[in-house]
Amino acid sequence: MKKQVTLFTEYTKGVWDQNPVFKQVLGMCPALAVTVSAMNGIAMALATTFVLTFSSLIISLIRKVIPTQVRIASFILIIATFVTIVDLVMRAQFPALSKELGPYIPLIVVNCLILGRQEAFSSKNTPGRAVLDSLGMGTGFLIALGSLGGIREILGSRTFLGLQVMPNAFDPWLVMILPAGAFLSLGLMMGFLNHMNLRKKDREERELVARHLQEPKMSLEHGEEVKSWS
Amino acid sequence: MSDVTVTEAQNERELMLSTSPHLQSRWTTKQIMWFVNLALAPCVISAVLYFGFYQLLVIATAVIFAVGTEALIQKLTKKPIAVMDGSAVITGLLLGLIVPPNFSLVSTALGSIFAIGVGKMIFGGLGYNIFNPALVGRAFLQAAFPVAITTWTAPNYAVDSVSSATPLAALKFDGVSTAVGPLFFGNVGGSLGETSSIAILLGGIFLLVTGVANWRIPAAMTIGVIVFGGALWLIDPSYPSPIFHIFAGSFLFGAFYMATDYVSSPITGVGMWIYGLGIALVLVLIRVFGGLPEGVMYSILFMNAFVPLINRYTRPRIFGEVKS
Repeated sequence: MKKQVTLFTEYTKGVWDQNPVFKQVLGMCPALAVTVSAMNGIAMALATTFVLTFSSLIISLIRKVIPTQVRIASFILIIATFVTIVDLVMRAQFPALSKELGPYIPLIVVNCLILGRQEAFSSKNTPGRAVLDSLGMGTGFLIALGSLGGIREILGSRTFLGLQVMPNAFDPWLVMILPAGAFLSLGLMMGFLNHMNLRKKDREERELVARHLQEPKMSLEHGEEVKSWS
Repeated sequence: MSDVTVTEAQNERELMLSTSPHLQSRWTTKQIMWFVNLALAPCVISAVLYFGFYQLLVIATAVIFAVGTEALIQKLTKKPIAVMDGSAVITGLLLGLIVPPNFSLVSTALGSIFAIGVGKMIFGGLGYNIFNPALVGRAFLQAAFPVAITTWTAPNYAVDSVSSATPLAALKFDGVSTAVGPLFFGNVGGSLGETSSIAILLGGIFLLVTGVANWRIPAAMTIGVIVFGGALWLIDPSYPSPIFHIFAGSFLFGAFYMATDYVSSPITGVGMWIYGLGIALVLVLIRVFGGLPEGVMYSILFMNAFVPLINRYTRPRIFGEVKS
């Protein structure tokens, strides 16, 4: 790596700047399918984070041993091991939740977010950084799935985490707990976040231009020649 | 030298840049929009006449929230507030006229907000939306409140057997056909503005005579329904007849007010024929073979999605261009 990234940034980048759902648009399948309620979204995100963190750790530890030709197969094997652990533990400890999430827990194996992080990060970095990166991505995933599930649950079934938050006079919008509601909410949320980002970038650019426009003027006042605009 | 001239010209007055052909219309956008609003008046009157004064409240709510949402979004995005062009009023009126009688005011407002917010402003406002905003709002209401939006109240003067079901639903689920008479005058169950064929025809003919709506789209839709619906009817007379197809449900309303929306319909003559025939085909398929009794909304939305494609393939050749 050319630029040394601090350990703290290694964690925070996944939370916001590279948020897996809103920025990288990874892991869409669970993000759209299981977020009918906040609880489902949070459970899914926690399960994914567990798998991501431990497979990152293992893969990062043995990254120099894995032959390049068979690395994807090896990654999948390691990921599948942890997914099986999660699946069995959830079935034993939280049978209701496990039933509700259904096939989506075993499907964590093919979540592109997990394989993507192994390929892009863990297989090239030290274990400490890999774990931090995974935890950051997991937090980002949790924020995305939790908020998506929360919005859909509040509007679609009047509750949040199982507690009624909207009055009875509020007609639940059935569409929000249907697949169409997932696409609608995710699309609107992403659109809004992109809009905010663009505005921020726009403001920064304008400030930059204003600064650059001022500098040559000031130097000219001192009778100096403008050498460069950079 | 030329640079200087342009700058001087710009100083004198705004230069308008647009691609050819530079045809001028008889009407401005604002005039056209208010003509459409005027053409909807008979439908509003028939809605109040058949379903009571409460419907006026529903329609007013739809209009107020449509205009309010547009003004609010334009203010938030720091764009000039252009609600007086009447396009938001049209969306509100149309939405108010395609909800069932005695529909909840809160849900109507929600539909209006969604129609303008997601159906129109998100794409950039008037002229940029892919789908007809009022139909987007109606589709959202259909998905959000599937029970409320299919609860039909009988009109005030209902005397026949079709009391709480729409003629299309009665035919589809119970095999009961409705005579053309009540369908023509509007004395049947259905959405507020769609029941009275005579009121729609009054407004529709006004739009065609003034040239505000292009005649090709309603004509193509009618011919299409007669051809496709008639073919099926000839094969098996238990399917609805073409006359029933035309006068029942919201076919006429959709043909005159929804499908002719400038923004979401093709711009070429050939394209309009393809578009109208396409709507008719999808409509007949939904009505005859689909699970829903009515399909005007989905068939128009479906064909809206094809409009860019239709425009692309029916683009007229440039004068002198050789057919390749």
